Amino acid sequence: MSEDYNDNKTIQAQSSETISGSGSGVSPDIDYVRPAEIPEQDLYHGHSFITKWVFCQDAKVIGVQYFLLATFTGIIGLILSWLMRLQLGFPELASFMTAEHYYQFVTMHGMIMVVYFLTALFLGGFGNFLIPLMVGARDMVFPYLNMVSFWMFFIAVGVLLASFFVPGGPTGSGWTLYPPQAILEGTPGSGMGIMLMCISLILFVAGFTMGGLNYLITVLQARTRGMTLMRMPLTVWGIFTATVLAMLAFPALLVGALMMSLDNILGTSFFMPTILKAGEVLEYGGGSPILFQHLFWFFGHPEVYIVALPAFGIISDLISVHARKNIFGYRMMVWAIVGIGALSFFVWAHHMYVSGMNPWFGFFFATTTLIIAVPTAMKVYNWILTLWRGNIRLNTVMLWCLGFIVTFVNGGITGIFLGNVTVDVPLSDTYFVIAHFHMVMGIAPLMVIMGAVYHWFPLVAGRFLDEKLGKWHFWLTFLGAYSIYFPMHYLGFIGVPRRYFEMYDSPYMTSAVGMNEFISMAAFIVGAAQFILIYNIIRALKIGKPSGHNPWKACSLEWLTPSVPPEHGNWGERLPVVHRWAYDYSVPGAKEDFITQTTPPSDVANTEVEKT
Amino acid sequence: MSDPKIEGYEFKPGFKGMAQDTGSDQTMFKGVHWGKAMMWIFLLSDTFIFSCFLISYMKGRGSTLIDWPNPSEVFGLHVFGVDVPLLLIAIMTFVLITSSGTMALAVKYGYEKNKKMCGWLILATAIGGLTFVGMQAFEWSKLIHEGVRPWENPFGAPQFGSFFFMITGFHGTHVSIGVIFLFIYAYKTFKGHYDEGKRGWFTSIKGDYVEIEILGLYWHFVDLVWVFIFAFFYLW
Repeated sequence: MSEDYNDNKTIQAQSSETISGSGSGVSPDIDYVRPAEIPEQDLYHGHSFITKWVFCQDAKVIGVQYFLLATFTGIIGLILSWLMRLQLGFPELASFMTAEHYYQFVTMHGMIMVVYFLTALFLGGFGNFLIPLMVGARDMVFPYLNMVSFWMFFIAVGVLLASFFVPGGPTGSGWTLYPPQAILEGTPGSGMGIMLMCISLILFVAGFTMGGLNYLITVLQARTRGMTLMRMPLTVWGIFTATVLAMLAFPALLVGALMMSLDNILGTSFFMPTILKAGEVLEYGGGSPILFQHLFWFFGHPEVYIVALPAFGIISDLISVHARKNIFGYRMMVWAIVGIGALSFFVWAHHMYVSGMNPWFGFFFATTTLIIAVPTAMKVYNWILTLWRGNIRLNTVMLWCLGFIVTFVNGGITGIFLGNVTVDVPLSDTYFVIAHFHMVMGIAPLMVIMGAVYHWFPLVAGRFLDEKLGKWHFWLTFLGAYSIYFPMHYLGFIGVPRRYFEMYDSPYMTSAVGMNEFISMAAFIVGAAQFILIYNIIRALKIGKPSGHNPWKACSLEWLTPSVPPEHGNWGERLPVVHRWAYDYSVPGAKEDFITQTTPPSDVANTEVEKT
Repeated sequence: MSDPKIEGYEFKPGFKGMAQDTGSDQTMFKGVHWGKAMMWIFLLSDTFIFSCFLISYMKGRGSTLIDWPNPSEVFGLHVFGVDVPLLLIAIMTFVLITSSGTMALAVKYGYEKNKKMCGWLILATAIGGLTFVGMQAFEWSKLIHEGVRPWENPFGAPQFGSFFFMITGFHGTHVSIGVIFLFIYAYKTFKGHYDEGKRGWFTSIKGDYVEIEILGLYWHFVDLVWVFIFAFFYLW
């Protein structure tokens, strides 16, 4: 027994260090940090309105630009979802909408929300704003490239939205753009619509690559003194890993989009099999539609994690700050993020169980899919253990965090259903799938975005958002989202197929009609509730309570800039020097309940800070 | 290659050294220029693009019902009354690989601050690249004259033309972009922009000979990709 006890002691001594000595007796050596090895970055400072706010090379402004444009596109996606729900719940009120319109709205809603809203917002928006601040850099390493990245995104959005105004309208082939129907006559937008979609995606990928290279090199090569990889906030880890995924997954989308464009314009048959149309053989032949599915989902599945990993990272930081506790199992969290990222490249065909593939293939992909549940569950437990016995501040940010955990677990569990081939096949293309992915990669990351906005708005604008409005916003969104997506699981079980414009006189109608009306009502309310946030932001910019420095008493670097909001160059005269990780909250023996990353060890003598 | 000197940091050899670099602060790749690290990661991403192309090509070729054209006939040249298979491609490949050699020498002379040699070698590389693109244009026009189109061809499976034009076209675009940059860099070298650290026109970043190495990485990559395309299209 006594030996066991001793072992325990050694382990404890390794995991945390108590700095010995008191007051003047502390040797100055413990504060030593290696001198800078990278020369100061020279930055281009804007002089005019155009170079300061439009073609700006400051990552923070670019981040806000990304955020605003992504939000604008997201609102269009939201309006499209309203129109879809109007048709599904109250078809008699939607007489202006034809089946073609409906398919176009489905397609554009999906593509906008996944790529142009969530991806752009997490990586372009939060990535640009937070990475340089959190790792202690003056800016992204290639500010010029960063600026071009945003404007490529701007053009991509422009091309995408232009497809609403071309003959035939936008493509209506579903966000997966499966050929052959995507480019065959009869599908809405089969000519110009799909063309513009492909061009827009190619532009997006090109623009994103420029941004992504910036994020990666800033994290790898431009951290400040003392900032090791294992001292970075998890937000940075999440965005970094997501960017790696994007750099490796977007190529497949680019190639798929390019090949489909050629099928469309030049009449090649990469994806087009021999097709008989009204008794006539079309000129296509010999191509493989399944090839497109593989290319698309090789992009598409990592894409899910491109959205989810930054959300995982951000939520970890928010929970830790607002529960005043260090994040439980930091290293485990990092490895879980990296592990999920790596695994996400080996699961793509679970989107294709009904494509007629070899059953052994399905078996393999079901196995890899379910393995992802392990690191993901680790993360969920760690969030809960971080909350456990924390000094929880139940403010708006924390509400969004709790909402995220619940929603993510919910969507994750239905994911285990769908990961199994035998369960997936009957549930495929039903509302169960819709409910699953909206919960897990729609609502859950959205809650993180909302939490992050309430958390970091004081840093961006120097003012607080209103808590009361925030709580209204949260409860309406949270309860409303559950009112929308819980019933959809049931609709899926009774077999209501997705992407149907109307159900005609099918027997589903009797039991589904009331539920569809209810879901639609909830969707209208939840959508409208999002405008509370916009009102809140505009209001806060004018009359919000000034926040001052570090309003949440956080440890991480972004709150420690000399001026709030931080200026171009972030750190004034001297770069910060980092002595610890970003999670020294409620350290036993410390004067305050947080020790910032820049606090030197000699200032916190006799406290039990984590050894990082 | 010797380790760069960094104040207060001691390099270790082997795996331990890699772990130490990874676990250290500030940079993961010690002494590596930002642009160089960026180019490596970009090339990794680009590798995935070409891999997707080539895997799609293998899938397309593997699943076609119509016979694939015989590459040694289609790509053969009739010179001096003899049919020589793959003649043009052999020359193209030789030129491109040679240009990789001149590029490597240019990088060497760049770091030695030998402005003149460096500039001439970059120019030689650019001309090699231009020759390659020119010969590719000749090959394309020859095939087009023989009736090969992206959507059909007289020799067999229509996917042959589709994949051929798409992939060699995509690679040719890479080479062309490289050639444009090589000419710009040759100009900048002769003008001495890298010696005096003149700021870039747009980026306002100070010029340095490392830029030539970065462009060199890209150029070697484009050559390497060509080796794969060569193997998959002409030798398979």
